Amino acid sequence: MQQSTGALAPRGMDLGQAVIDTDIHVNVPSENALFPYLNDHWREYLRYSAFRLPTDTAYPKNAPTSALPTTTPENGTAGSSLDLVRSQVLDAWNVEVGILNCSYAAESLHNPDTGAAMSAAVNDWLVAEWLDKEPRLRASIVVPSRVPELAAKEVDRVGGHPGFVQVYLPVVSEAPYGHRRYWPIFEAAARHDLVVSLQFGGAPGNPPTGAGWPSYYIEEYAGMSQVFMSQILNLVVEGGFDHFPNLRMAMIEGGWTWLPSLMWRIDKDWKGLRREVPWNTQTPSDYIRQRMRFSLQPLDASPDPKHMRMLIDQIGSDDVLMFSTDYPHWQFDRPEDAVPAGLSDAQRRKILSENARAFYRL
Amino acid sequence: MMVLTAERSDVARGKSKYAVIDCDIHPNLASPAALDPYLSERWRQHRQSIGGRGFSGSYYPRAQPNASRTDAWPPNGKPAGSDLDFMRYQLLDAYGMDFGVLQPLLGSGGQRNLEWSAAHAAAVNDWQIETWLNPEPRLRSGLVVPYEDGELSVKEIERSRYHEGFVQLMLAIRTSEPLGRRKYWKMYEAAEAYGLPIGIHFGGQGGHPTTGAGWPSYYVEDHAGMSTAFQAQVISYICEGVFDRFPKLKIVLIEGGFAWLPVLGWRLDAAWSKLKEEVPHLKRKPSEYLAEHFWVTTQPMEEPPVPEQFLEMLDMAPWMADRLMFATDYPHWDFDDPFEALPKVKFPDGFEAKVMAENARALYKLSGGPQASLHGMNGSARA
Repeated sequence: MQQSTGALAPRGMDLGQAVIDTDIHVNVPSENALFPYLNDHWREYLRYSAFRLPTDTAYPKNAPTSALPTTTPENGTAGSSLDLVRSQVLDAWNVEVGILNCSYAAESLHNPDTGAAMSAAVNDWLVAEWLDKEPRLRASIVVPSRVPELAAKEVDRVGGHPGFVQVYLPVVSEAPYGHRRYWPIFEAAARHDLVVSLQFGGAPGNPPTGAGWPSYYIEEYAGMSQVFMSQILNLVVEGGFDHFPNLRMAMIEGGWTWLPSLMWRIDKDWKGLRREVPWNTQTPSDYIRQRMRFSLQPLDASPDPKHMRMLIDQIGSDDVLMFSTDYPHWQFDRPEDAVPAGLSDAQRRKILSENARAFYRL
Repeated sequence: MMVLTAERSDVARGKSKYAVIDCDIHPNLASPAALDPYLSERWRQHRQSIGGRGFSGSYYPRAQPNASRTDAWPPNGKPAGSDLDFMRYQLLDAYGMDFGVLQPLLGSGGQRNLEWSAAHAAAVNDWQIETWLNPEPRLRSGLVVPYEDGELSVKEIERSRYHEGFVQLMLAIRTSEPLGRRKYWKMYEAAEAYGLPIGIHFGGQGGHPTTGAGWPSYYVEDHAGMSTAFQAQVISYICEGVFDRFPKLKIVLIEGGFAWLPVLGWRLDAAWSKLKEEVPHLKRKPSEYLAEHFWVTTQPMEEPPVPEQFLEMLDMAPWMADRLMFATDYPHWDFDDPFEALPKVKFPDGFEAKVMAENARALYKLSGGPQASLHGMNGSARA
């Protein structure tokens, strides 16, 4: 196959200030990396079952969208080397704080105890191999999201560590996360004042569209934004934000240019149907503006930069976007393209650092 | 477009500056037995003994009975949308419509028994001809197909296409597989050959949770979230190469909204720029297929809080000015009034006329006004 993708090596730039990067992907390089963090039972289980790593098709290993050239270390997968993260992200972009997201796919493990044990091992690995070694890093807590009670237990186990700033939930799920079955996770997040994040991908076993399984990866990739939309609708109307007054949710790597159209649609429907969800005390778009934040990449940019400014204006708040590189994924060719052009100084400062600082209490 | 006032009813005269074509009207059965005259003995018995069996567990109680306006129930007490005279009075005459395009929501395509699906679709089409299309020259409709089976769909297209009242196929947006996949291609081949656009309406059920995040809890989510089902199908149509294989195929998205279209085009272009090796059958940027092959009806129209933002949205995909087609969704509760639906902003010259009628008139080749009667055309070959 001819390689005409033209993906460039990751490059950063000085954006005129230190930035907060809300989406740096970190990957467990192999099952062996987790052995030190598993007890005898699970080490033996891994050995006799030849279980390696959970499967998710969200990030094909060598797809150009998954790993920029030079991001893969000699021994391991892209996003598994602290040295590379330091040189290619933290130093290259003058990152003040970078948040690690590990798409471990614990939800793809149907055995709830395995899901819980492996999630705990990943979190202990994150602490030992990343957070303890690099003070600029923070991380998201991997949880066995299929069983909310076990997920909440894991949040309580590690939520006190100052390096963990949010809970990681894969956006493709068995049921929308606003469902009350998931409230134990929100309760645990509230106990530790953590953000709850939804992130690109997920392998619960049900298809990523309402019409079944698409054929191509490009469809699954482009279609991921619809899964975010479905989650947002449910999160708002099911009442979690009303029930948990301090609940804050981050939408990571799902795009955001579709927000105005979603807000217009749900606000109109809510006018006609709000008696169905009487606990909602404000319009749905107000919950989104006040309680949700969105990572900047992917931009899915218009060829005309003025449209990006229009969309930010249509969202109706300068507080919702948070800078991200989405390292090691390929989102932009030139570092200059990482941030929409023509923003005001105040908008730029909020996006580059202040929105995330306030949201994550950094 | 000159509008002949003689074509307008007294009710509407003077109220609308533009001709109106309504691209989404729902006719209903007066009773469950109304299809019996169009079913064989075998299928009449089937209807009475087993009845419809779709994918269960997907129903959300609607805002109103039949999701209908409370004032849309005809004086005879039959279901909303089931009485032609009352539909004329409350819709076609009241708004001086040139034409109306019917979308029967009777579940034909979502049946698990595919032979029953085909028999039901055929009966619905014959019922449409006799109850609606022949008596009322302003009406057109979608040719209902058992879309989960390509061969049965082709058979029904071949049987019913001769009636000029059928201006497109009628599918539902939630299907068993993404609509770009090959199991549906025989149907597209026939549709392209006969110049019939593929109309795809809100709703349906394909046997999966309705979102990639599982089942929603509330009707308000089911309803607002329907636009995500439309987006998934647009992605599938383009990425599967349907338009490379069927370059004349036209898709009409009915009741799915449209403000999401510009940004979906950008997102697909961004993904394609990096992943094009996976889909070498695509000869062009995804947004170019979007601009060439898709039409969209307006209701439920997205309503920005600042009306001028509607113009910004149009600026992001200027091709939509030639592709938006007005629809009311009569008799449903979220009806858009032809005189009130468009935001009160200064549109580019000609925009309102195109959206309210002319885009649909061109797509469906609706010539003349309602005087161009269909009577006598039943059975004549389509040109």
